[in-house]
Amino acid sequence: MEESLLRRPFSVYKADGEVLQILYKGVGKGTRTMTYLRPGDQLSLIGPLGRGFPALSEGRYPILVAGGYGMAALYLLARSMTSPGIAFFGGQSAPDILCVDEFEALGWEVRITTEDGSSGEKGIVTDSIDAWWSARSSGGPPVEAYACGPNAMLKAVARRAVEHDWRAWVSVDRNMGCGVGACLTCVLKVRDGGDGWQWKRSCTEGPVFECREICWDLEP
Amino acid sequence: MPDLSVHIGRLKMKTPVMVASGTFGYGPEYADLVDLNKLGAIVVKGIARHPTRGNETPRTVEVASGLINAIGLPNPGFDGFVEQYMPFLRQYDVPVIVNIWGKTIEEYAEVARRFDEVDGVHALEINVSCPNIKEGSGLFGTDLDMFRRVVEAVRKVTDLTLIPKLAPNVSDIRAYARAAEESGADAISLINSVPAMAVDVETRKPKLANVTGGLTGPGIHSLAVKLVWEAAGAVRIPVIGIGGIVTAEDALEFLIVGASAVAVGTASFTQPTTALDVTDGIAAYLERHGYGAVHELVGTMSSE
Ligand SMILES: Cc1cc2nc3c(=O)[nH]c(=O)nc-3n(C[C@H](O)[C@H](O)[C@H](O)COP(=O)(O)O)c2cc1C
Ligand code: FES
Repeated sequence: MEESLLRRPFSVYKADGEVLQILYKGVGKGTRTMTYLRPGDQLSLIGPLGRGFPALSEGRYPILVAGGYGMAALYLLARSMTSPGIAFFGGQSAPDILCVDEFEALGWEVRITTEDGSSGEKGIVTDSIDAWWSARSSGGPPVEAYACGPNAMLKAVARRAVEHDWRAWVSVDRNMGCGVGACLTCVLKVRDGGDGWQWKRSCTEGPVFECREICWDLEP
Repeated sequence: MPDLSVHIGRLKMKTPVMVASGTFGYGPEYADLVDLNKLGAIVVKGIARHPTRGNETPRTVEVASGLINAIGLPNPGFDGFVEQYMPFLRQYDVPVIVNIWGKTIEEYAEVARRFDEVDGVHALEINVSCPNIKEGSGLFGTDLDMFRRVVEAVRKVTDLTLIPKLAPNVSDIRAYARAAEESGADAISLINSVPAMAVDVETRKPKLANVTGGLTGPGIHSLAVKLVWEAAGAVRIPVIGIGGIVTAEDALEFLIVGASAVAVGTASFTQPTTALDVTDGIAAYLERHGYGAVHELVGTMSSE
């Protein structure tokens, strides 16, 4: 694509045989240009890159949390789980809520929240998570959460994970330059084992991190 | 097949196309995507005596025909680099050029002195586009006297092939090229990134955490060709042309105006094999124009 200089990072939505699907929104120069692509156009792709979501641990109950188009990054993970759990999808309004049928077809219960109430409950995605958590009978299996969406949402999920003792994996969305660990554009602050922090590259050492690794209070 | 080999000081390269500092990591990052043995040389990301963390984020922003970066020279320090990356780099048959920097003249000399003893390091490129902390007068690379003192101090402590890397934002690049030659440099490389900034008009905030950064990529190529032409005309030592190379034609321009070799920077982010594609393109060009060796093309710009 002549109009932009750098490649753009995407998560894989579906991959079956020779076909790979991504789900994207035209938000910037690169993605807007992509909306003009026609069948038969050729693209160049490098991947898969980085560290994706780990498999569900034995005996844990999975929840998925998606904001923006985050559900795209969670579909293959959802499909890999033999016993589905609950998926929480949040967005501004109804058009932001995608792939509900696909997740339901895999046996997941999908709970939707939109800020304007045009689809599902009115509110934000964490309202719906909190409602589910307080209604849940105690003594169930421990929770493992997987989240992809805006940073504020990931941070809110991380806070609940610590409070409720969940394991939680978040996929961070950073600007990237090279995608392979060379340019040091995509770094974020993670705990260094002691009291301090160190940079980690989201393109190679992420984009998925266990939420306790990230120094949320130092996030911009 | 034309002879692509190039000698710069005691550095022997199989091809005239290297990868520029800061755009190719330390080597391992691209090893799965690029045959490192086919590169002219690998110039690693800037190394200082001690580890540094670099700038806050956002560190880069894409603009029309270029990239502005303010990475801020995060580095594992001399010890960290030698321990973590040299064993990897020694496995390859490709020259390693270490890009060094410091906050004082003493720091430049100290890190250079240490590299002098490291097996597998073939040359040092001196990044002078960093702030002079002690004397506090802007960058080492934009003050002729400071520039000269850095090169002299480094020259005293190492026998390695020495390549000062010139900053583009000076009034007369020839003066810097000559100062490098007079101070004992074996070659010069240019250009480093061009000071630049970008603002988000919706928030009225700068797009980089550091506010200002350095522009690289296609947008600086023609500027770099002019500076390389001037610098090459002013000195006898070899010149390495850097700035906005995307295609073989871009690299050929540098060679024709007087560069003996070139380095590919930002374009590796877009297409990791750019340096190898450019090498193939240069070979094809030489063949098409009947040159037996790449050095025959250097500085052959026609004035008719
Ligand atoms: C992300 C990034 C990091 C860089 N880091 C360094 C560095 O550590 N030391 C240095 O001398 N130059 C550094 N440079 C400058 C490049 O080596 C090169 O001079 C510049 O990018 C111009 O070439 P290009 O237009 O082909 O990218 C960096 C450039 C970029 C884009
Ligand atoms: S995008 Fe370049 S290091 Fe991660």
